[in-house]
Amino acid sequence: MKTEKNNEQYKLNKGLAQMLKGGVIMDVTNPEQAQIAQEAGACAVMALERIPADIRAAGGVSRMSDPQMIKEIQEAVTIPVMAKCRIGHFVEAQVLQAIEIDYIDESEVLSPADDIYHIDKTSFKIPFVCGARDLGEALRRINEGAAMIRTKGEPGTGDVVQAVRHMRKMQSQMRQVKAMAKDELFEAAKQLGVPYNLLEYVSENGKLPVVNFAAGGIATPADAALMMQLGAEGVFVGSGIFKSGNPKKRAMAIVEAVTNFTDATLIAELSKGLGEAMVGINPSEIKVIMEERGQ
Amino acid sequence: MRIGVLAVQGAFVEHAEMIEKLGHEAVEIRKPSHLSNIEGIILPGGESTVQTCLLNRLHMTEILQEKIQMGLPVLATCSGLILLAEKLDNDNLDSLKTMPVSVKRNAYGRQVASFVTSGNFSDMEDVPMVFIRAPYITEVGSETEVLAEYKGNVVAAKYKNQLGLSFHPELTEDTRIHRYFVDEMCK
Repeated sequence: MKTEKNNEQYKLNKGLAQMLKGGVIMDVTNPEQAQIAQEAGACAVMALERIPADIRAAGGVSRMSDPQMIKEIQEAVTIPVMAKCRIGHFVEAQVLQAIEIDYIDESEVLSPADDIYHIDKTSFKIPFVCGARDLGEALRRINEGAAMIRTKGEPGTGDVVQAVRHMRKMQSQMRQVKAMAKDELFEAAKQLGVPYNLLEYVSENGKLPVVNFAAGGIATPADAALMMQLGAEGVFVGSGIFKSGNPKKRAMAIVEAVTNFTDATLIAELSKGLGEAMVGINPSEIKVIMEERGQ
Repeated sequence: MRIGVLAVQGAFVEHAEMIEKLGHEAVEIRKPSHLSNIEGIILPGGESTVQTCLLNRLHMTEILQEKIQMGLPVLATCSGLILLAEKLDNDNLDSLKTMPVSVKRNAYGRQVASFVTSGNFSDMEDVPMVFIRAPYITEVGSETEVLAEYKGNVVAAKYKNQLGLSFHPELTEDTRIHRYFVDEMCK
């Protein structure tokens, strides 16, 4: 009975991610930004004290946000509100569940709390989204109970190269798995370090069993459309919006580019006069590589 | 038959798959020119604020409104129902407003309160119903027929060519509601 209840909950949690598809999830740090994001057409907001670019600049240990601040954002908008907890920090996740957050991001953007174990996400009622760089990481997180996956990219850089690398790798691995014979699948499951049944799903369906978004370094409408054309089902934009010259205009443009991601004429129009984009940094210039956290 | 599925944001692929499973053609609708030559349209679940925003910015609200008022059959699920509602209890969106019902957004609460149940829909029994941050209908106009209720609240109603649901038949294996829409309403 308990398993049946769990399955039902998991289905609802995967279902919420399905409703977010074709949308843009934006990082916000206060109720005003949350409202701007909602008006611009965000399908959800990620409430956090500091956006990744500032976390990088500040250094030190980065933790779950103040629940009071998250509550204020929940009250300011009607769209779903997500929040981040540290990798492996199941008590931060319990706290976020207690304040009825809609989605928890067990995120490499924060300092990991556990360098071996991720959270057992099957023991929560609230859905989780987790980052992944390849098919193995994605299916391991799904096996732990994640109801949604996003590429890790390299957060807070404004450089899309890592998100592209992760999405391309995942898609290419899925194409390979789709073409495999059953005996090859057993070996692939061993090599990837993932359960056979999840790999079998990918082989039969050619996609992950949950929704897959792109994240990490997306800063322009063209970046967002690029990720969609590479197979993302939606995008997270973190530092890219509120670190730019005209956040509302940029946010609106990214939302529209995600809907009509193959319409180059429209994207050209949307890209005009957006003002200053966030100042990017190259991965080779940064000290902390967040994507390596939690494998 | 050619059935349009509004594809600005949300779970439109799932609806398209249902339509294809029934042997019909599903067309993704992303701009006004896509709205010609369809025999019905589905407004999928997603975020109603986003969908409203995009319908307006892509200049589709008025033309869609007109088509629905002229009789284009429409199946709306969850946020789609919010777009159709003439009145919202706890909000005001600049959306289609073609169906004479009042709807309460996020009526059951946040994601923790999402649930699965099953019930009667019109004369069909045991229809699985998935509610995700769902709305429900608080008031129906005189010519509007109530097709399903859950715990005393209206969760499905029909007004002429418009069918609005609080829940998500596209997230189940049960094709009966889509079949009803295509066979009874789009013919």
